[in-house]
Amino acid sequence: MALPTLLNTRSPLAAPAAQRAALEALPLPRPFAGAAASAGHARLVPTGTTILQINLGKRCNQACHHCHVDAGPDRTEVMGDAVVEACVDLLAATGIPTLDITGGAPELHPRFRDLVVRARALGRRVIDRCNLTITTLPNYAGLPAFLAEHQVEVIASLPSYAATQTDRQRGDGVFEQSVQALRAFNALGYGREGSGLVLNLVTNPVGAFLPASQATLERDWKRELKRRYEIEFNALYTITNMPISRYLEWLEQSGNLDAYMTKLVQAFNPAAVEGLMCRYTLSVGWDGRLFDCDFNQMLDLPVEPSAPQTIFDLADTARLDTRTIVTAPHCFGCTAGAGSSCGGATT
Amino acid sequence: MDTYYHPPDLAKFGDMGKDAPELWEKFLQWYNAVFAEGALTEREKALIALAVSHAVQCPYCIDAYTSGSLEKGATPEQMTEAVHVAAAIRGGASLVHGVQMRNKVDKLSM
Repeated sequence: MALPTLLNTRSPLAAPAAQRAALEALPLPRPFAGAAASAGHARLVPTGTTILQINLGKRCNQACHHCHVDAGPDRTEVMGDAVVEACVDLLAATGIPTLDITGGAPELHPRFRDLVVRARALGRRVIDRCNLTITTLPNYAGLPAFLAEHQVEVIASLPSYAATQTDRQRGDGVFEQSVQALRAFNALGYGREGSGLVLNLVTNPVGAFLPASQATLERDWKRELKRRYEIEFNALYTITNMPISRYLEWLEQSGNLDAYMTKLVQAFNPAAVEGLMCRYTLSVGWDGRLFDCDFNQMLDLPVEPSAPQTIFDLADTARLDTRTIVTAPHCFGCTAGAGSSCGGATT
Repeated sequence: MDTYYHPPDLAKFGDMGKDAPELWEKFLQWYNAVFAEGALTEREKALIALAVSHAVQCPYCIDAYTSGSLEKGATPEQMTEAVHVAAAIRGGASLVHGVQMRNKVDKLSM
């Protein structure tokens, strides 16, 4: 059976250039740079790297409808050993306090555990962006215990506390497996007060609309997940869907692209520019190239040409601190409404 | 094809301020205050607006408060129940007028 990645279906949008062209062709009321300038950031610059976010590759056991990575079981791109080593070397050479590991399903990478152990040995906070269902695969049942042993912060995707909505975005049966996984994390102490084991959830809207208030949703989710499934967690992050890869394809096919992009632009919140994650995050691709964020990575928009281009060019992050951050129309996704980032709302 | 209801017109709602800016500004201030969190939450107000949109059968309002309800975190189940409330009131409103009919029947009948 054909897998629904853009690459597998030979969609023109599998090419980042085609995605950029589709977005740039839209008649938006103003460019992102102009909006940022109106908020006092004529030149968008970093505030210093506090998060090293590394994308271990596009392999994933799921193929969600909204995935901006176009990840799936058929993808073969994975980070090579030399890049992994360079990332660890960079952590050791700098004071970057947080390693944020993403993918795909990052746990599928053969060096995942090694990377976690070494980053923790360096005293760094480590985040695993987990799709939950990975823990239900036979070879990964021990993953929650490994993460607990090394006190890794888990950020888990779950778009809704209702099965229908979750399965609609992430695939049939995903909700039930996610509940099973969350119970396994809870059993280890994850999400329980006083355990020190952090379990945060991420929700993306299941459609072409903005997320609701993060604080309001968090209250709902804590009440409903506890009441329905006896599940506990620490915080809920709301993330605005980005018009990239499979979500972009869905927006086009469903006739929502123009209206969604207009909504993002009209909902521009000047206060959200200050806390944009690209200002404190360095994103490393599976091939070692450097980006301002994971979204730019998927659109193949590397850091500006005058900055170091790969992890191998980087002895420290000082030369990155003076760069101008690369922006494009999709950046309105991070400034709409309450703002959006890999750590949730930003205002 | 020409039609009285045209979806892009919703985005032109602000045009109503062009020849009566003071009235428009007063409407907006009142409107925004109505939908701000108060004794009712923003989500509850969005769901009421969605139900009323169906009762008054305003296509613009239905579009606006379908998005609005979703963006306040309402679920499709809650939104469907809200529409049933509107439908029940409309149905009940017809039915309760039957009492008038029965009163008239009683008056006219021997």
